[in-house]
Amino acid sequence: MPLVKNGRITTDLFVHIAEGAELPGDGAILVPAARFLEDPEAMLRRPGKLGVIWPNNRNLDDLVPYLDRLAAVALVFPSFRDGRAYSQARLLRERHGYDGELRATGQVLRDQFVFMSRAGFDAFEVKKDADADAFAETMKRYSVFYQPTGDGRVTALNRRMQLRHSESAGQ
Amino acid sequence: MYAYDELDRTLINERVSEFRDQVKRRLTGELTEDEFKMLRLQNGVYLQLHAYMFRVAIPYGTLSSKQLRRLAHVARRYDRGYGHFTTRQNIQFNWIKLSDLPDALAELAEVGIHAMQTSGNNMRNVTSDQWAGVAPGEVEDPRIWSEILRQHTTLHPEFSFLPRKFKIAITASEHDRAAIKVHDIGLRLHRNADGETGFEVLVGGGLGRTPFIGKTIKPYVAGRDILSYVEAILRVYNQYGRRDNIYKARIKILVHELGIEKFAKEVDEEWKQMGHSALTLDHSVIEEVRSRFSYPAYEKLPHMPDELKQAAHDPLFERWRKNSVAPHKVQGYSIVTLSLKPVGGPPGDATADQMDAVADLADKYSFGEIRVGHEQNLVLPHVAKRDLPQLWKALDRIGLATPNVNLVTDIIACPGLDYCSLANARSIPIAQELTRRFANHDTAEMIGRLHINISGCINACGHHHVGHIGILGVEKNGEEFYQITIGGRADENAQMGALIGPAVPYAEVADVIEDIVEAYLALRDRPEELFVDTVKRLGVEPFKERVYATR
Repeated sequence: MPLVKNGRITTDLFVHIAEGAELPGDGAILVPAARFLEDPEAMLRRPGKLGVIWPNNRNLDDLVPYLDRLAAVALVFPSFRDGRAYSQARLLRERHGYDGELRATGQVLRDQFVFMSRAGFDAFEVKKDADADAFAETMKRYSVFYQPTGDGRVTALNRRMQLRHSESAGQ
Repeated sequence: MYAYDELDRTLINERVSEFRDQVKRRLTGELTEDEFKMLRLQNGVYLQLHAYMFRVAIPYGTLSSKQLRRLAHVARRYDRGYGHFTTRQNIQFNWIKLSDLPDALAELAEVGIHAMQTSGNNMRNVTSDQWAGVAPGEVEDPRIWSEILRQHTTLHPEFSFLPRKFKIAITASEHDRAAIKVHDIGLRLHRNADGETGFEVLVGGGLGRTPFIGKTIKPYVAGRDILSYVEAILRVYNQYGRRDNIYKARIKILVHELGIEKFAKEVDEEWKQMGHSALTLDHSVIEEVRSRFSYPAYEKLPHMPDELKQAAHDPLFERWRKNSVAPHKVQGYSIVTLSLKPVGGPPGDATADQMDAVADLADKYSFGEIRVGHEQNLVLPHVAKRDLPQLWKALDRIGLATPNVNLVTDIIACPGLDYCSLANARSIPIAQELTRRFANHDTAEMIGRLHINISGCINACGHHHVGHIGILGVEKNGEEFYQITIGGRADENAQMGALIGPAVPYAEVADVIEDIVEAYLALRDRPEELFVDTVKRLGVEPFKERVYATR
């Protein structure tokens, strides 16, 4: 499964640790939330980058205390129809100020890239190779955005106001 | 009218190009039907019983004559020459080819029409009062807020994959023509004690298999805070709404299971933590949207022009005027409803030729503007009273002057088993039969205001729960049966109808409705007492007795 990060197909440095599997001594790992919460401090002391896979029905409050020490948070789309992780992503970025890697996993198709990116995801485990190849092109599809999110894109409402101001300034 | 600017137009075009790519990927097999289904639904495309159905948004029910002409063109070029106006301020085309859809969308986009989110588990077309901006006594034009919400809910990056569909309706009048109490969120614009405008917010209303009347979650939210408050509701719903069972996934179930107090507390907590700044509507932003609505340059006209006095001698004109013409906020003007319920016709259908003709009449008599109401009728919102006689003659020539607005034959009906893959029973032939039974205008007028709503299945697209008389098609041993409810209403006093007894077979429905109406005529305490009020006063029993005594 290709990983797109910062807009490019890249090698995944994180090893996914299955439930119950032994942890490697070092290197970057992604561990399931339940495993992480058994002993977060011990896990954080381990050498190597640490990321947590957080299910979309688990309260983020349990994760928030550790955010500044995590290298990655992976949120889950068990089906492309289930949009709970979009809300989690925005909360992590906009409310809790998380600035590490935010990864979309599960049913990730090109038709969701724009939504995901706007919600704060910057890494994507993409289901289909063709979708990963089309990432850059897909991200260029929209140039107008109506809602303010934490992604910094200027909304249509604000662009209109800017246009008005520059028009009146020019007169 | 609202004028889309370059940004709105760009977004619509970008959406068309995305969908063109999605259709292409489906046709080459790159996308599975399961993957494509969600994408086509977000663009208003259903797979129905016989063909693809294409549902186009008419935001808050406002259309320009140019837009209506383009809808007629799509009906003619890509469909079978007609369209169906629905209860959600949409128009549906029933016979469209998948491969034609991107072109049809592109042609609509040229006049600022789209099909975004007319289906799927996202925020649907925001609906409003079809008399918005012209109704006397309105707090202000609710379409300004509808448009702000339309923009905010379009391609929302957090709420495009909700547990289920999500519907918002807005009214700014005391008399609710937008049925806000049966929506996921209902917004009632009103003024607080300081004279500022804001919203009473209702949540958790809806029909379908588990009908609920919406409950007030907050009596007053200032206009500037409405986006953040709606966003807080949606976020709580997105997180906690059930996803294990699509029949229990609507927000009404969540509100019911938690109770409105607990739900309100969750929303309030979320709202407090949101730090509303980015969503708070600056006064200048609201004014910017307001400034893009244009209003006609009304003339100073007499209250009672000579043309109207003369035409009053014609009883046929008078009949139509009394039935179809409503007071306008500007003296000398009227709001005219065009009935899409001719005797024997499917409710809400219009031919391409009729649409073109209405567009021409709107240019001539209504400043080029048309409205679509949830009752499946059209409206010309700014007709000078002196023009009413001419307009009536023109409407009569194209079959749109049936004087039955709000009468027993102004029936709301879903497409039912004739088109819909979900339906258990037919709706349209029942409606057609009833319009024939009650075709005599004098009888209909004597009966007075009476709303019949028909749904061909439990999903309630015909809003049968809130019909004064509701007819719900069900299937029993392979046969069509119909449950009858009475006493429902969708206005500011909204309530669900009560079942009168066992379901009746298809062949008996029209007889039963006639029995109910006859019972009402015998039971009402004066001619002005509406059917629904008689039911309220007496309950179901006397009607039940009348219907089942002989069956």
